[in-house]
Amino acid sequence: MSQIQHAVPDGPMRYTQICTRRTSCSSPPTSSSAAGTEPPSCPGHRGRTPRRKWQVFPGRNRFYCDGRVMMARQTGVFYLTLVLILLTSGLFFAFDCPYLASNLSPAIPAVGAVLFVFVMGMLFRASFSDPGVLPRATPDEAADLERQIDSTSCSKPPPRTREVLINGQTVKLKYCFTCKIFRPPRASHCSLCDNCVERFDHHCPWVGNCVGRRNYRFFYLFILSLSFLTIFIFSFVITHVVLRSNRTGFLTTLKDSPVVVCFFSVWSIVGLSGFHTYLISSNQTTNEDIKGTWSRKEGKDNYNPYSYGNVLTNCCAALCGPLPPSLIDRRGPIQADTPQTAPQSNGTGGGSYAPTQLHSHMVGGYHPGRLQHGAKLPVNSATFMQQRFPFVPLSFYIY
Amino acid sequence: MRLQDLQQPAVSSKVFIQRDYSSGTICKFQTKFPSELESRMDKQQFEETMQTLNNLYAEAEKLGGKSYLEGCLACLTAYTVFLCMETHYEKVLKKIARYIKDQNEKIYAPRGLLLTDPLERGLRVVEITIFEDRSIGSGR
Repeated sequence: MSQIQHAVPDGPMRYTQICTRRTSCSSPPTSSSAAGTEPPSCPGHRGRTPRRKWQVFPGRNRFYCDGRVMMARQTGVFYLTLVLILLTSGLFFAFDCPYLASNLSPAIPAVGAVLFVFVMGMLFRASFSDPGVLPRATPDEAADLERQIDSTSCSKPPPRTREVLINGQTVKLKYCFTCKIFRPPRASHCSLCDNCVERFDHHCPWVGNCVGRRNYRFFYLFILSLSFLTIFIFSFVITHVVLRSNRTGFLTTLKDSPVVVCFFSVWSIVGLSGFHTYLISSNQTTNEDIKGTWSRKEGKDNYNPYSYGNVLTNCCAALCGPLPPSLIDRRGPIQADTPQTAPQSNGTGGGSYAPTQLHSHMVGGYHPGRLQHGAKLPVNSATFMQQRFPFVPLSFYIY
Repeated sequence: MRLQDLQQPAVSSKVFIQRDYSSGTICKFQTKFPSELESRMDKQQFEETMQTLNNLYAEAEKLGGKSYLEGCLACLTAYTVFLCMETHYEKVLKKIARYIKDQNEKIYAPRGLLLTDPLERGLRVVEITIFEDRSIGSGR
């Protein structure tokens, strides 16, 4: 957790200097706080005027640490995961390592510690980061889409799918009624989090978050390293038991060790890692695999259009490819400036989209720092000023 | 001249350029010239803007030696390396923001148009705001 909290020590400092939010919140202003400390987090508390976008985020997510941490609503199973890993590793380090370090090699607890730290790091990264949530459409966008849908069809109700040809395969893009967008290929709407997620793999309760484009590699590295950790602990615990049972009884030694927990988790975790290794090598998501989207169907030439053709490229692309930034800008300040809409404009039926000024900027996505409230853009270019503040490092939003 | 002195332009309409998914999930926008802009600017300039944007996004998402190296380095350092350096994607996004600002200043604003950075719309659309043409109106 501390790894995430101190992720961008300059973030709060630099951001406060340029953002224009009102300090209506009674919490101490961030500008006076030292780098690395955060204002008191109030998960889900919306009594005061919202200052940041995460506070009015339309999905069913929970945010901690002033928007830096993003998780699903139900996090109970995640805490169970944490407890299981900590307990098993704790017991291993406490009861088995002293014996193994002195009788076999001190490298054993060292390797175990490295593995443990890596597992925890990847777990936190997978759990706390934005999986690739697509921000909902602005009212104008939604109205424009509705118009397009209605105009292209003469039947009622109008079809809400679009077909697109990708690498020779016809892919259907579905319209999401909640987010009011046509979902990109491979995106899916998570009903638990109520968000559309890019390259949606599955919603993982063990990790307490969706697994999507932005955190799939962390999820995979988590389960892979966890397999190694469980196999490591399991084998060395057995070694310890065997060595000890030469002197004391087998059962007495057994009861002190976390063997039982390890035994069951080894098979399930290793199995899961194997399954995801297969998915990565064929560039499929769990969602596609379960639905059999790209499986061979009789009479149809069905193949995965996203696969790069060979296993190595698929693996490299999934694990070492570029990491896209978060599209929802959860820590950005809420802006209240919107351009006026002339009455004879594109027939926006405002009522159905709750077109408050606040809302239209909420769902819009990322906003770099804009000018103060009320400043509008003139038509004549001579005094055109779209003052853009220098970008806050986007690694700020990488989580 | 202060901004507050200037007359507030009204938005006449907005045009949304949708994503082009024919090459897969990479970020690419349609380059078809929308009919609403026909009276405001010429087709070739618009297509050039869109093509440059598409090329920049392709550069951000490019798979190659450099991106793999960055990915491996990040994995080995447990992703802590991004505390001190930007990802390649972020660098290109900044480049795109500068390009859009530049295009707005030089080409779009003189014609009463405003290009919105697609990042502000979740990389779903390129929103072009068409302002009412008040060049012949009174009281400027």
